[in-house]
Amino acid sequence: MKSTKPRAAGRKRVSREWDLRLYIAGLTPRAVSALENLKAICEEHLKGLYHIEVIDLLKNPRLALGDQIVALPTLVRKLPVPVRKIIGDFSNTERVLVGLDLRPRAGLARPVPGGKAS
Amino acid sequence: MAKHRSTAVRGREKRIGSGGLGKALPKCPTGIAGLDEITGGGLPLGRPTLVCGRAGCGKTLLAMEFLVRGARDFGDPGVYMSFEETEAELAANVASLGFDIPGLVRRKKLALDYVRVARNETEETGEYDLEGLFVRLGSAIDAIGAKRVVLDTIESLFASLPNDGILRAELRRLFSWLKNKGMTAVITGEQAHVDQLTRQGLEEFVSDCVIHLDHRVVNQVATRRLRIIKYRGTSHGTNEYPAMIDEGGLSILPITVLELSVRATRERVTSGVAPLDAMLGGGYWRGSSVLMTGTAGTGKTSFAVAFADSVCRRGGRCLYLSFEESPSQVARNMASIGFQLTRHIRSGRLLFNSVRPTSYGLESHLVNIHALVKRFRPETVIMDPITGLGGMGNTDEIKAMLTRIIDYFKNERITAVFTSLTDAGSSFERSEVGISTLMDTWIILQMVEAANERRRILSILKSRGMAHSHQTREFRFNSRGIHLLDFNGGPAPSGEASRRSERRS
Repeated sequence: MKSTKPRAAGRKRVSREWDLRLYIAGLTPRAVSALENLKAICEEHLKGLYHIEVIDLLKNPRLALGDQIVALPTLVRKLPVPVRKIIGDFSNTERVLVGLDLRPRAGLARPVPGGKAS
Repeated sequence: MAKHRSTAVRGREKRIGSGGLGKALPKCPTGIAGLDEITGGGLPLGRPTLVCGRAGCGKTLLAMEFLVRGARDFGDPGVYMSFEETEAELAANVASLGFDIPGLVRRKKLALDYVRVARNETEETGEYDLEGLFVRLGSAIDAIGAKRVVLDTIESLFASLPNDGILRAELRRLFSWLKNKGMTAVITGEQAHVDQLTRQGLEEFVSDCVIHLDHRVVNQVATRRLRIIKYRGTSHGTNEYPAMIDEGGLSILPITVLELSVRATRERVTSGVAPLDAMLGGGYWRGSSVLMTGTAGTGKTSFAVAFADSVCRRGGRCLYLSFEESPSQVARNMASIGFQLTRHIRSGRLLFNSVRPTSYGLESHLVNIHALVKRFRPETVIMDPITGLGGMGNTDEIKAMLTRIIDYFKNERITAVFTSLTDAGSSFERSEVGISTLMDTWIILQMVEAANERRRILSILKSRGMAHSHQTREFRFNSRGIHLLDFNGGPAPSGEASRRSERRS
């Protein structure tokens, strides 16, 4: 929420500043590997441009309401706009890149389930 | 009865649903009119119940009423998790039923959570689970100490989240998690085809109780029905029960649950016509049903009114359901033969309910009659005439409805008089809707032509459990009421003779 405040200033640097929010519920093995996978992808594609905030819903369940969290782990890209959501443990790097708009969607707007672009 | 029993069970076994194999399954009352009767006390306590049906069948209303009545009448706080409507929409939808959702939320009796998952907006990048939903639900339950939960309609998740396999496994986990928490849950599911109950086969996960709602149009009249498809560990009615949504919410009419165990009384009530009482050996049995058939103008209404008048004069209450005439019309006509109904209406002993049969469906009539009887508590009900309902559905439906009504009256020990119009020319013994077998007493009014005069005659075709007269009697009206005369089939006693014989009777 706070990060969206300096909106006017943020707009110009939209493509360079990445504000990511990762929702988990406790440090489950899946949550740990999700964070590792995400960090690895960010280091490779967004080095120095990103910020990851990890929100543990077990500590503060009410935070699930704001971003309408149902599935876990969920990553919300607050910036750059538009807001994007991806779910899963980020083990499918291609899908993560597509979900974060770092790679154009193959063909149609909707990816074919299971159809890997790599 | 059933309610008391279940409360006792509930007290003994405590709240949290313990072992499902127990003899009497603990129940959680819904407070919805009629539903607790047909389920023998309510939904399975501490277990999920699936409520399914097509769009617009009343699933959301049933679910919401379950929570609101639970919070208001049974002190059980509840969580409503909606996947389709926002909190504001939900509150607005039921505000007209007098459900104060914002108030209940303020008093922490109710928690609403609108879960919005945009359709296919999320990219799936690997394994995931629905722990977020669990966390939300869990925190809402803990915040208000909820005992009841509604998930409406959780199937929408299938349209929004990828990977059906994960979803199915997670839903299974969710339902058993709810069970472990001891939540009595209502899960709604939408029926898309006739041959399946829910789109995603939720009935496979929710195995304790499945309720089906139906809203269909028969003869241009919309009717709602409810059926219990499955209720593990409980004997339940398997019929389709008529249901209705009115300003009080949902009501279900369970009345075919006639346990032919109604205690018959030995008490008699006067028919309001002394010679007729004599013919019946002392009047009608209290709590019996009386059918009065006859062609047009034979005086069916007059006999019914004579009965109503005598009940009111004794200080009893009578509910008069008129399907053809307005109250003032009946009152005016009957004043001409000496029955002053206006007086009874004013004193509150006689309640008139005039409504055109076609104003609404059979089920609605049934519900209305129920509501009226519940409120007014009459000892006598008159339905004049039941043939008016003829245009409302096919014979079977009308018969079913009348059966319910008669059973209901019997259970309530209400003496009921039904009038029925016979078509001129058709055999009077063939009563229109084939309900004569349900009646205890059947009186036939006829018009015969003899010696250039139309004369009205009365006979008792049957009267269960009484040594009734087999005579045919002539009757006449004058300004002081109904008078029975001997009928000898011969020429009418003319002038003076006629008046003399009138005085005699």
